Amino acid sequence: MADIIFTIYYSEPGQDIDLSVTENMKPFKYTRATDAASATRIAAENPNAKFLAGGTNLIDLMKEDVERPDELIDLTNLTLSQIKALPSGGLSLGALGRNTDAANHPLVRQNYPLLTQAILAGASGQIRNMATNGGNMLQRTRCPYFYEVSMPCNKREPGRYEGASGCGAREGVNRNHAIFGWSEKCVAVYPSDMAIALSALDAIIKVSTPDGRERDISFADFHRLPGDTPEKETNLETGELIVAIELPKSNFAKHSYYLKVRDRASYAFALVSVGAALELEGSRIKQVRIAMGGVAHKPWRARKAEDYLIGKETSAENFQLAAAAEMAEARPLEHNRFKVELGKRSIVHALEMAVRGGKS
Amino acid sequence: MSKAQIGQPISRLEGHLKVTGSAKYSGEFNLEGLLYGYVVNSTIVRGKILSIDSASVKKIPGVIDVFTHENRPSLAWFDMQYSDMDAPPGSPFRPLYDNEIKYYAQPVALVVAETFETARYAASLLKIDYEAEEFDSDLKKNTARARDPKVGLATMLKPLPPKPKGDFENAYGEADAQVSSAYWHGTEHHNPMEMHATTTFYEKGGKLTIFDKTQGTINSQLYACNVFGLSFSDVRVIAPYIGGAFGSGLRPQYQLFMSVMAAIELKRSVRVTLDREQMYSFGHRPPTLQRVRLGATKDGKVTALNHAAIAETSQFEDYTEVVVNWSHILYPVENTLLEYQLVPLDVYSPLDMRAPGGSTGLPAIESAMDEMAYKLGIDPLELRLINYSERDMAEDKPFSSKELRECYKQGAEKFGWAERKPEPRSMKRGTKLVGYGMATGIWDAMTVPSRAEAMLDKDGKLRVNSATSDIGTGTLTVMTQIAADEFGLSVDDVTFEYGDSDMAFAPIEGGSFTVSSVGSAVVKACKSLREKLLKRASRMENFSLSDQGMSQVRFEKDRIVLSESPLVAVSYFDLIADNNGKAIKADTTSVPNPLRLKKYTRAAHSAAFVEVEVDEQLGVINVTRALTAVAGGKIINPKTAKSQIVGAMIWGISKALREETISDHRFGKYMNPNLAEYHLPVHADIHELDAIFVEEHDDIVNPLGAKGLGEIGIVGMAPAIANAIYHATGKRINHLPIHFDDLL
Repeated sequence: MADIIFTIYYSEPGQDIDLSVTENMKPFKYTRATDAASATRIAAENPNAKFLAGGTNLIDLMKEDVERPDELIDLTNLTLSQIKALPSGGLSLGALGRNTDAANHPLVRQNYPLLTQAILAGASGQIRNMATNGGNMLQRTRCPYFYEVSMPCNKREPGRYEGASGCGAREGVNRNHAIFGWSEKCVAVYPSDMAIALSALDAIIKVSTPDGRERDISFADFHRLPGDTPEKETNLETGELIVAIELPKSNFAKHSYYLKVRDRASYAFALVSVGAALELEGSRIKQVRIAMGGVAHKPWRARKAEDYLIGKETSAENFQLAAAAEMAEARPLEHNRFKVELGKRSIVHALEMAVRGGKS
Repeated sequence: MSKAQIGQPISRLEGHLKVTGSAKYSGEFNLEGLLYGYVVNSTIVRGKILSIDSASVKKIPGVIDVFTHENRPSLAWFDMQYSDMDAPPGSPFRPLYDNEIKYYAQPVALVVAETFETARYAASLLKIDYEAEEFDSDLKKNTARARDPKVGLATMLKPLPPKPKGDFENAYGEADAQVSSAYWHGTEHHNPMEMHATTTFYEKGGKLTIFDKTQGTINSQLYACNVFGLSFSDVRVIAPYIGGAFGSGLRPQYQLFMSVMAAIELKRSVRVTLDREQMYSFGHRPPTLQRVRLGATKDGKVTALNHAAIAETSQFEDYTEVVVNWSHILYPVENTLLEYQLVPLDVYSPLDMRAPGGSTGLPAIESAMDEMAYKLGIDPLELRLINYSERDMAEDKPFSSKELRECYKQGAEKFGWAERKPEPRSMKRGTKLVGYGMATGIWDAMTVPSRAEAMLDKDGKLRVNSATSDIGTGTLTVMTQIAADEFGLSVDDVTFEYGDSDMAFAPIEGGSFTVSSVGSAVVKACKSLREKLLKRASRMENFSLSDQGMSQVRFEKDRIVLSESPLVAVSYFDLIADNNGKAIKADTTSVPNPLRLKKYTRAAHSAAFVEVEVDEQLGVINVTRALTAVAGGKIINPKTAKSQIVGAMIWGISKALREETISDHRFGKYMNPNLAEYHLPVHADIHELDAIFVEEHDDIVNPLGAKGLGEIGIVGMAPAIANAIYHATGKRINHLPIHFDDLL
């Protein structure tokens, strides 16, 4: 129940304000960045700084005393919200574009309906109006042991818990937790719906670096499994800023489906979600992408299922065998054994729906 | 004369204030110089506070004081002084009493500051050293420690199970068909939209006016006076509007203690509000394990009934609720064994929550009855009729009225129960399995003593008051209707005032007894006022009423007239003038006649019918439609009544499929104390819901013939849903809530 309060002191763009004089809050510095170069430079100088965009996750975590940045770099003055068609036939989503706008953009709806479905399956209208595309990629886990500061958690307090696992959820309440790729240090899952679609679509994360370069990170390499460093959730280097998400041209628009299975019909995180996309030649599978949410510390690409399905017919039996192949390697925890069977059925269901173009 | 107001579907009189945000709640009363308190809660479950570093927190600019067990004012010594109208037997929790920690998140300090933000921030910095001790919060692991509950005042309204009858074991053994199932009901928290808050105004001479979120203003007044040794005349408690309570305001909660303590000590006005997580640090519906064993003849007559429950309580109070008794009141079985035991654990005392006990026990008995119906190949509704109780066999008394048969009949007809195919998994809609389920509901129709004051005010208008609360159920509206009818007025010409301990005594608002108790007092007060007015009128010139009785006059909007010659009248204006311009008051107590009432079992009944769709592949469960038929005596206001029942049905869906407080017993802590992870239904979870009221005439329960509707809508829903899920899938899930993954 410990809590911190902060007040945002407005300043002119680029101007810093020293907040150490305020005594009724945990002090942090608020900086308003003017462009990507200044943002990354400031961030590189201060490893305890955090970028602030929509704030829908970061500010909650600050109120819960989980995130304790000593500097917030406000990005909202940056011009990174455009959605642009790319010469290659793909689409670029600006990192500061709002989730609502991304979901409803005509080119997204037309060419990447999987992404529209995934975004709209998440959060609420109000949150999607605030949340940005880049920020969505950096959502932190909703594991209750991470959120409650009196509980052990290696992700929140790396290095504090030597010896014992230090993960409250490993032997605790773990119905919502990982069945793939977890470690003794962390069994948390990554919560984004949007990222599951982006994983299936092989998106590329465009990043600005502090030394003024841009670099691309393939989606599969963006998020990390927990291993021994669960506090490190992406492969972004210190100071690096997401500037855009690129969707390569693809032929999945006719046959894709995002399935989200959860404990209530809206406003709950996925227990299992599946983004499925197919390119068909008649009833033969030319290309297939399957990404899963709610099962791992990162969007989980079901490569085994994909490999099984390439070149095969779109039959229920093939879907079941593909799903079984993927789920055979699941390692469930005490309370989430159901995710193995649910995962199988969800893969089959999402593929069947994708074949039918999303119509049941 | 206005038409009868009772029975009219009148919208809540204060509705517009609530939806426009102009209704002020306890945490919203401001005045200059108000201080803000923020509570610090323990981070251990059990043990001792070794030290609290208040000094460094006090140095923070804006912090006024830090209250702990070390510097609190002297408090009452005896348990009795901490007891309230809803206190179970035992020793009530005393905030800041000593250094002992009894449960996780126990309040251990109050930081008071000039602003809420400063108080909250300073609270986060308060360093407390504890010596932690072993604890146990796990009911399932401790059933061997179950023992009989202590008996006390609270057990009067919540009787322990009746003695066994006949020979259960023998009858069960010899029965043609047997059902034996275990049930688990998880922990639930009240989660009212408005969180608990108290604003204490410190007035000249030390008088306190306390705005408190409470279901009983006088209950809070008594508590504050007893604990802090204040005189009743110096303490006034007001609960103007309440943003839902569901039982969470039946006992004075610790924000009241904290706010009053700080106000007295600092001689300043102080507000203390709890945050959502702190709403999980006092009171909850207790987790309960149950077993039901039923034996029946092959034609469906239940001959043996065993309903046993083991529930959680705290180490300091024996909280009890009526879980198992309902089974026998509903079904006239010759051989019964009803058992109810408690396991004390390191948690806060459980607290009454909408239909306490009923909403835990009915799911068990009604699921067991359903299971028996399938076993015997008898329609579940038919099985209820075969075992219909015309007389309460548990107490061997008649019912004051019981139109449950009509609930079954009209409910089944409107729902379309006849279209149900008997076999499980036999009904489909596209890829969805469809199931129909039904269950019975029952809840006490209690009446408790209550007072009301009726007056003709100096403007000649009817005003009625009672200290009762309106927890959002429509009390203000229905009391106004009741008073209006006594004078033949429209509700627009009557003012009902409530929620203030300075007004006529009322008990806590709960247990579905407010309409019955306070409503009866309102009737009595109005009758008494009429007699008083008539007596005064008869003394006046031009109104020769010396031998006229009440039957020969009519009360109109502004006058009393002779029925036979309406031109002969005395205006209220003249009556007030005759009283030197002062209001004319009648203050009466309505005390139910225990001797008469004791001869009858008084209960509201309901029948819930539910249709579910279950996705065969993914298990996802949807309550596509539901109907509850209610026999609740006279319905004062069909609109607020329906709203009560439909609201309760939504909660039933929540109980059955959504909400549960999850514990990590290694830490003795609730793991989802927030509305993101404590899953209540969202709009998308709620589909077609309907409630109907069957005619039920009752001269016994109270002069109004109304039984109260607060709980009857919730008790049957969860079992009806579980039974519908069985019908859809062939899977019987005997724990609540049911998650879709139970069906994979």
